Amino acid sequence: MSSERVAAWSETELAVEGRVLDVVRAPEGVLSARGSDVDPTAPDVVQLAADLVATMRVSPGCVGLAANQVGVGVRVFCVDVTEHPKTRTGHGTFVLCNAEVVESSRNEKAREGCMSVPDLTGDVKRASRLTVRGQLPGTGETVSFSTDAFEARALQHEIDHTDGFLFLDRVAGAHAIYPRQTYL
Amino acid sequence: MSTDLYAVTVLGHDRPGIIAATTAGLAELGLNIEDSTMTLLRGQFAMMLLCRGASETAAIERALAPLAAAGDLDVAVRPVADEPTPAAGGSAWVLTVHGGDRSGIVSAVVAEVAAAGGNITDLTTRLVGDLYLLVAELDLPAEADVAAVEDAIRASAERVGVTATLRPAEADEL
Repeated sequence: MSSERVAAWSETELAVEGRVLDVVRAPEGVLSARGSDVDPTAPDVVQLAADLVATMRVSPGCVGLAANQVGVGVRVFCVDVTEHPKTRTGHGTFVLCNAEVVESSRNEKAREGCMSVPDLTGDVKRASRLTVRGQLPGTGETVSFSTDAFEARALQHEIDHTDGFLFLDRVAGAHAIYPRQTYL
Repeated sequence: MSTDLYAVTVLGHDRPGIIAATTAGLAELGLNIEDSTMTLLRGQFAMMLLCRGASETAAIERALAPLAAAGDLDVAVRPVADEPTPAAGGSAWVLTVHGGDRSGIVSAVVAEVAAAGGNITDLTTRLVGDLYLLVAELDLPAEADVAAVEDAIRASAERVGVTATLRPAEADEL
């Protein structure tokens, strides 16, 4: 069962040390271009997977990071929503390559932010029931699994990144964009 | 009840109490606030409201004069005519445009909307750092070729170095 395989996966499988990379911000062009599909077993993809996880781990509140966000135009991302209060189903830390949405339903609107758009948040409608398919880095196994709630939202946000879309491209309307509050 | 409709705009330095003072002045004159919008534009207070009642422009201006007394707020009042409700038909869309800031982004993109007979019904733009963002809600006429409009908008956005996304404005009927 793919769901159990994804839940059991961790970055230790990659057997390489992850490096913390700089996160790029809009309007950097790499964020608006669809990434290339990758060979999930290629050493540079394995290293990138480890780097994404390492960068996510050191970024406060970060629940997912796509390769575009560290300036690499390929379709790879990591997710870990374990600590988030809105999480129902969760699969721990995982990295997916060449991921796509297989099925989605039950749209819900919620406020999203993004490390690559640090000054704005926006209301985005996303499916709260989701099935995705992708490949695990390292072994290259194809996995397909279903999730819901916040993990579903995070996955759609990251898959959008790999396709060259930001949450700004999905906001519900002209009054669904908010400057991020900064209190001095 | 009078059907006189007045547009009031208040623009300038933000501080607590502007809305309270404005609406108190209008209430004293028995004016009823209908549609209104208020936001902060790079920290500047910006409000537009339509109010209805038996009054006149000069009386409203007098009632709101204390607001502008400090010289950092502009208050304008003018009578407006009732607009007919637009006919239904066509389709509603949301357009997002974003990219590196430069002059001419908005005009380049909205020109394509206008060329298609589209009508923008709501618009927000934000400049944060180097990122310029436009989100517009728009209606396209029933006869519009949506795919062609989208292509034209994308091509126009590309010419000014930004990206554009057009998607249906979804309303969930409950």
